[in-house]
Amino acid sequence: MAKFKHAIVVGASSGIGREIARQLAASGCRVGAVARRGERLAELEKEFPQLIVPCVHDATDYDSVPKVFQDLTGQVGGLDLIVYASGVMPIVEVDEYSFEKDKAMIDTNVLGAIAWLNQAAERFSHTGHGSLVGIGSVAGDRGRMKQPVYNASKAALHTYLEALRNRLDRKGVKVVTIKPGPVKTEMTAGLDMPGMMEPEQVAAFVIKKASKTGEHYVSPKHAVIFAIIRNIPSWIFRRLNI
Amino acid sequence: MDLPTPQHLALPGDKIREITGFGMSFRADSYVFQPTTLDEVREVFALARQVGRNIVLRGAGRSYGDAAIDAESIALDFTQMKRFLSWDPETGIAECEPGVTIEDLWRTGLPHGWWPKVVSGTMFPTLGGALAMNIHGKNNFRMGTLGDNVLEIDLMTVDGKVRTLTPDQELFYAAISSAGLLGVITRVKLGMKKVHSGDLKVYAESLPNWDAQIEAFEKRAENADYMVSWVDCFGSGAGAGRGLFHAAWHLPDEDSESLLPFHQDLPEKIAKVVPKSQVWRILKPLNNRFGMKWLNAAKHLSGKFVGNRKMHTQSLVAFSFLLDYVPNWRNAYLPDGFIQYQTFVPKEAAKRVFAKQIEMTQEAKMEPFLGVLKKHKPDRFLLSHSLDGYSFALDFKVSEETWPRLQRLCQRMNEMVIESGGRFYLAKDGTLTPEHAQAYLGENLTTLQLLKKELDPEGLLTSGQARRLKLFESA
Ligand SMILES: Cc1cc2nc3c(=O)[nH]c(=O)nc-3n(C[C@H](O)[C@H](O)[C@H](O)COP(=O)(O)OP(=O)(O)OC[C@H]3O[C@@H](n4cnc5c(N)ncnc54)[C@H](O)[C@@H]3O)c2cc1C
Ligand SMILES: NC(=O)c1ccc[n+]([C@@H]2O[C@H](COP(=O)([O-])OP(=O)(O)OC[C@H]3O[C@@H](n4cnc5c(N)ncnc54)[C@H](OP(=O)(O)O)[C@@H]3O)[C@@H](O)[C@H]2O)c1
Repeated sequence: MAKFKHAIVVGASSGIGREIARQLAASGCRVGAVARRGERLAELEKEFPQLIVPCVHDATDYDSVPKVFQDLTGQVGGLDLIVYASGVMPIVEVDEYSFEKDKAMIDTNVLGAIAWLNQAAERFSHTGHGSLVGIGSVAGDRGRMKQPVYNASKAALHTYLEALRNRLDRKGVKVVTIKPGPVKTEMTAGLDMPGMMEPEQVAAFVIKKASKTGEHYVSPKHAVIFAIIRNIPSWIFRRLNI
Repeated sequence: MDLPTPQHLALPGDKIREITGFGMSFRADSYVFQPTTLDEVREVFALARQVGRNIVLRGAGRSYGDAAIDAESIALDFTQMKRFLSWDPETGIAECEPGVTIEDLWRTGLPHGWWPKVVSGTMFPTLGGALAMNIHGKNNFRMGTLGDNVLEIDLMTVDGKVRTLTPDQELFYAAISSAGLLGVITRVKLGMKKVHSGDLKVYAESLPNWDAQIEAFEKRAENADYMVSWVDCFGSGAGAGRGLFHAAWHLPDEDSESLLPFHQDLPEKIAKVVPKSQVWRILKPLNNRFGMKWLNAAKHLSGKFVGNRKMHTQSLVAFSFLLDYVPNWRNAYLPDGFIQYQTFVPKEAAKRVFAKQIEMTQEAKMEPFLGVLKKHKPDRFLLSHSLDGYSFALDFKVSEETWPRLQRLCQRMNEMVIESGGRFYLAKDGTLTPEHAQAYLGENLTTLQLLKKELDPEGLLTSGQARRLKLFESA
């Protein structure tokens, strides 16, 4: 397992991202921790004073990303890993078609990811090293009735990362897609889902796989189940209640 | 050179590169700018201030450690500022931009009978980088360092001002040798040495031990033009210090054909079959303790039985730049690279300290794969590495796993060097501590710090090495 020395985690104020930042810092890595809630980042910094570099930023403020990214890599002292973990999943009823909620998901889950990861991809393509990780989801494997745009946002992220992988693999850069199933975080608070994982567990998995280019399901069970789900013909899938 | 417009405050993303020391064990990402004019250098100073970044100066990147790299800084790379501003084939005097290399010098001079007075073991260093480290050659005991053989330099400080410095000014001795931390050397004027032949007369002698090594140098120091000796660092007991000594002399007779580059250029293939660009691939599987023990022993034996105590002729280029013969040889040390550890010890203590160094590396089972001995004389440059004595340069393979142990080993060896009154060479350093640097530099470090305050008060110029050695932290 590669030992990372300089990392950025976007979406480091709670859930999976916060755990990734914490575990990286605990291994001695300097981490640029990005999110909107500064007080949460300050708590992290208190926990790892020399290692967490807090950066208050809204990932949907796309125009500011190039400068924020560059300044942060400067403060961190380099970059060998970036994880984009920011994401939103507002509750959407099965008969709800709220453009506002849908746009919020595309803005953060897709465009924010592209704004940040494009910067990292450009940098890594020139330096010839680095790992770029996006937190996708099993939810992106099919369009399902409950979360059309969340599903679409994760599918877009997966395809974008696949394309980056094809661009950057030959330059020595790792591009990694992580597909967790349900995880106990603020995003899923109040949702009752079977087999929920702890964010610590997912974070450890992300760090372990961060230097292994490719797509990774966090749970081996999901790897099998979603291989089947991905191949269910559409005319059957639309009749199922999943 | 494309600089961003002032309102666009981020540095151009496509300028970033991973740059390394020659040993590849020190790496850093930097925004690389390659100016071609003095105004472009000034523009980069202004840009660095605008974006709040430091600058590290860089020539051909032939320093082994972290002297010409610095994470996240702007790397000001002079390899494209490489014009001869003047050249007189009658007098052998050249005025060069800092990116002119030692190779450019000999290719320009030799057809007219001029050879650079001081060259390093590789022809690729730039004059700016070579003077910042004040390089020495195999003739250091006779000719001194490169700085001793320069007529004039221009130094551009970070305020954009250029001052011309000559050997009668104190600042000349600080600008040269201070590892690019006081300003940019933007012009170098030097004279070359008149030669009549492009060949040297070379004497080889296989040596059994340390006593014989020092004796060989002392015996020929009076009249040899060049001296160097290879040491088999796996030799122990009675064989400790065994190796192969070479002395060389310029030839007095006119031989104009041998002055031409085609006579000098190294062949494309080794033993007429292996393309030299591929030789490192053959070396790689041997590049471990056992392979190298065997290779060193084989070299010792062949030195003993082939050409021992005999004279032969060799071209200036082949003798001077043997290491350039195998391009990319350093790749044999991938993935984690290597360091060169070169220490300078006064004459009386040299044998004792170097023999002990090798014993320590053998005890630690971390023997250097290459050891080279040279004789030196003192000079008056501020961060000089040279002294009246000997230097021993050792190549150590680095791996992520053994690096902490290797650092501790080198630091223990440093203690012995300091205790003997010895010195270190920043071009080869990757293991000094701030305390060791302070100990060997003494008062000169204080002088450097005072000059830094005067010439670069904002501390714009830095390097990974300057940070590691905390050169300016106590200033
Ligand atoms: C195979 C090999 C053999 C060698 N043999 C010898 C030898 O025999 N003797 C010897 O003395 N050395 C030797 N060296 C070391 C080498 O000569 C020095 O490291 C030299 O400084 C390299 O020059 P460079 O242009 O690559 O500079 P770099 O390594 O790029 O930079 C060296 C220093 O110069 C500074 N610098 C660069 N340009 C400028 C400028 N224009 N103005 C001010 N500062 C500047 C940098 O900041 C840095 O501190 C050898 C190196 C190799 C790889
Ligand atoms: N939880 C699950 O079951 C699950 C399953 C699969 C995949 N995922 C994915 O995993 C990732 C992390 O989710 P999580 O479960 O850890 O959720 P979480 O606890 O809600 O964390 C989301 C993180 O994203 C940040 N964020 C949201 N909007 C942002 C914006 N505009 N700008 C910057 N940062 C923003 C949040 O920080 P601020 O609010 O402070 O800005 C927070 O740090 C998401 O991509 C999610 O889709 C989650």
